[in-house]
Amino acid sequence: MSVAELPIRAPRRRRLSTPPGALGLGVSTLWLSLIVLLPLAAVAARSLDGGLGDFWASVTTRQAVDALRFTVVVSLVAAALNTAGGLLVAWVLVRDDFRGKRVLNALIDLPFALPTIVAGITLLALYGKDSPVGIDVAFTQVAVLLALMFVTLPFVVRAVQPVLMELDREMEEASASLGATPGVTFRRIVFPNLVPALLSGAALAFARAVGEFGSVVLLSGNIPFDTQVAAVYIFKQVESDNADGAAAVAVVLLAISLLVLVAIRGLGRWGARHEG
Amino acid sequence: MITVEHVTKRFGDFVALDGVSLEVPDGSLTALLGPSGSGKSTLLRVIAGLEQPDAGEVEVAGARATHLPARKREIGFVFQHYAAFKHLTVFENVAFGLRIRKRPKAEVAERVDELLELVGLEGYAERYPAQLSGGQRQRMALARALAVQPRVLLLDEPFGALDANVRADLRAWLRRLHDQMHVTTVLVTHDQEEAMEVADRLAVLRGGRIEQVGAPRDLYERPANDFVMGFLGPVSRVGDRLVRPHDLILLGHPDDGAEEAMVRRVLHLGFEVRVELVLRGGEELTAQVTRTEADELELESGEIVWLRAPRPAAA
Amino acid sequence: MRAETVHRLALRALALGYLGVLLLIPVGLVFWRTFEPGLGAVWDAVTTPAAISAFWLTIAVALIAVPLNALFGVVAALALVRGRAPGRRVLDALIDLPFAVSPVVIGLSLVLLYGRDGWFGGWLAERGIQVIFSVPGIVLATIFVSVPFVVREVAPVLREVGDEQEQAAATLGAGAWQTFRRVTLPSIRWGIAYGVVLATARAIGEFGAVSIVSGKIAGETETLTLLVEKRFTNFDVAGAYAASALLALIGLATLLAMSLLSSRRSPSTR
Repeated sequence: MSVAELPIRAPRRRRLSTPPGALGLGVSTLWLSLIVLLPLAAVAARSLDGGLGDFWASVTTRQAVDALRFTVVVSLVAAALNTAGGLLVAWVLVRDDFRGKRVLNALIDLPFALPTIVAGITLLALYGKDSPVGIDVAFTQVAVLLALMFVTLPFVVRAVQPVLMELDREMEEASASLGATPGVTFRRIVFPNLVPALLSGAALAFARAVGEFGSVVLLSGNIPFDTQVAAVYIFKQVESDNADGAAAVAVVLLAISLLVLVAIRGLGRWGARHEG
Repeated sequence: MITVEHVTKRFGDFVALDGVSLEVPDGSLTALLGPSGSGKSTLLRVIAGLEQPDAGEVEVAGARATHLPARKREIGFVFQHYAAFKHLTVFENVAFGLRIRKRPKAEVAERVDELLELVGLEGYAERYPAQLSGGQRQRMALARALAVQPRVLLLDEPFGALDANVRADLRAWLRRLHDQMHVTTVLVTHDQEEAMEVADRLAVLRGGRIEQVGAPRDLYERPANDFVMGFLGPVSRVGDRLVRPHDLILLGHPDDGAEEAMVRRVLHLGFEVRVELVLRGGEELTAQVTRTEADELELESGEIVWLRAPRPAAA
Repeated sequence: MRAETVHRLALRALALGYLGVLLLIPVGLVFWRTFEPGLGAVWDAVTTPAAISAFWLTIAVALIAVPLNALFGVVAALALVRGRAPGRRVLDALIDLPFAVSPVVIGLSLVLLYGRDGWFGGWLAERGIQVIFSVPGIVLATIFVSVPFVVREVAPVLREVGDEQEQAAATLGAGAWQTFRRVTLPSIRWGIAYGVVLATARAIGEFGAVSIVSGKIAGETETLTLLVEKRFTNFDVAGAYAASALLALIGLATLLAMSLLSSRRSPSTR
């Protein structure tokens, strides 16, 4: 049978009664709603159970305010320090070459792969009572900072790396040909192109840090008013059956993270303006 | 004036430049021409200081520059893919060199406006490179390079990324610019038509070596070897010689020293007519005649003609 | 070029120092401390009945949560990238939610939904179904935290691969399911694998949410992470280290898998 004699099957027409992917979208949304949205709605509802007045009261107790304030401040500091550190590490990983670089690159993701409780134990081992280097900062604010820096280390590095790799080296060469020293080239050409990624990574790190629990629950002495983070506060409220109070502070915490995530998305769109 | 003396550059095992020497006269527009991998871009980058040679010396604008970093060589460099500072406006791109030299604001503004007008981008000052076409970006890159009044202008396949008609326009425009400004210019290209059209001097490279240097017409009419001849224009092989198709003489009758050939195909391309011929021994070659000549000979597929290759040709 | 080399080495030293202090030394120390009392002691510590049951519980929970989220991930990624239905942007934004929610808030939310006084509390009690303080609660918490991983890995791959191959299949007469099975699925399998590795690591490592919903009943609702905490707070430091080392080993295995799969998941880097 020659090719010309093969029966040709007409391509099956897709039914275009609904937009493609509508079923998938529906199923996915359903799953997401059941697993994620519904529970969160329950939290929001419970926080308002006693009306706005009770909500406000729960959120403004001295302990709650201190916990939230401390959490936000220490998360900001952790994010800021990791932004500088992350930029440095990303730079070295992309521009430098040495033995063991690939292994090191893989290890950056360790905080993502490690359970937070193990991170807590790990840091306590080094900086706590039995520290081999004699540093004892456990149960202090520094301990919490160190824990948050540990768990958010990869965010900035991983945000900056791809941008740095894609950066047009010719822009740097052009800058050099125009007379700029490497320092000037970094300041005027390289860094401005990294800012969106830096901010994005920092924001992700911050959002993660404010909700962190497992790595700090052992470290912070949880002496109220001193080193208690918001997540631990919420946990304690749940344990003492104060679900209303817990829900209220949870809503505030959620709002903070969500705001930050929304800001990142807006940043992404703004940054795309300059790409061409 | 640029002098390159016995420069060698290796990338691992690959020898990009093999003892290359070249002199670029002041105020000229010299083209470095060659196929991919011939070393022409590497040579340009060595002159620029973006690559360091493994051996040899480089002199730029009268000063020993071999180990001088690019930023100290007073050069202007234009890249194939523009290397536009995408986060800066067109104005700031062009102003960059002046800004880092801390020139006063008024001076910067005046010079940038002057340059934007020169390259035909007035009114685009506040746009971003992403909003410009390829041709416009390249003109911006040129303005940027010229802003700091370089002694030498280096262009690395500047029109390679552009559409054919934009390329032709910019080519002519570059030549006019050079005639106006007389900056010593070196242009790298793989397009021999471009090189012939734009350059005062031509250097043909192959495999990291310079095959021939000279005026475009000299290289075309008196190529140093088969490679140069073949690279600069169409060639037809007659026996052991290379001849230009339009130098072949076709006769309708046998003659002294004329070889017999059969016409395979006749292609009418406007005024020119390309004739595909087969020799007695089976070798194929192409001749080029005018329409008038083709009509006189009544050229047709299958016809027998006699071929004479005139003397001046590649050895 | 001397200055340039010094500069480069200085940066390298700074970066390594930063990573060393923050990351490498602490983790190294835990392994060191763990194996100090010897391999035998460690083996004993991870093979107690409590430990073994914690291990299997953790694995079982992951084996339920991850495949479900892998399925969701593929369906959602297809809907987001290939679909044209309105509301995609909303779904896209919502998928990132688990990243923004603190684990304890997740635990709280599940208690408020399925606990004794929760929305479904009464309904569940009538049928004798226990979610909170029981395995189902742990499963739900684990599903919650691992939702985004597969979709976030598969969607970019789908986008990058493009639908030309699928269009070609359609012109050759393939139906939707055939196209999916023969063309789409093979192109995203490494993306799925990578996402599954990430989701599994997250599932195994979950602590805060299960802290609240599990009730920590040893042998029943105690996961590995909860076991670590319990041992530590009961001053069984060596036991805590041992369990931690086990989890850390799983973490390192995750990194290895990530490393191996990383270059394959994107067609452009293969």
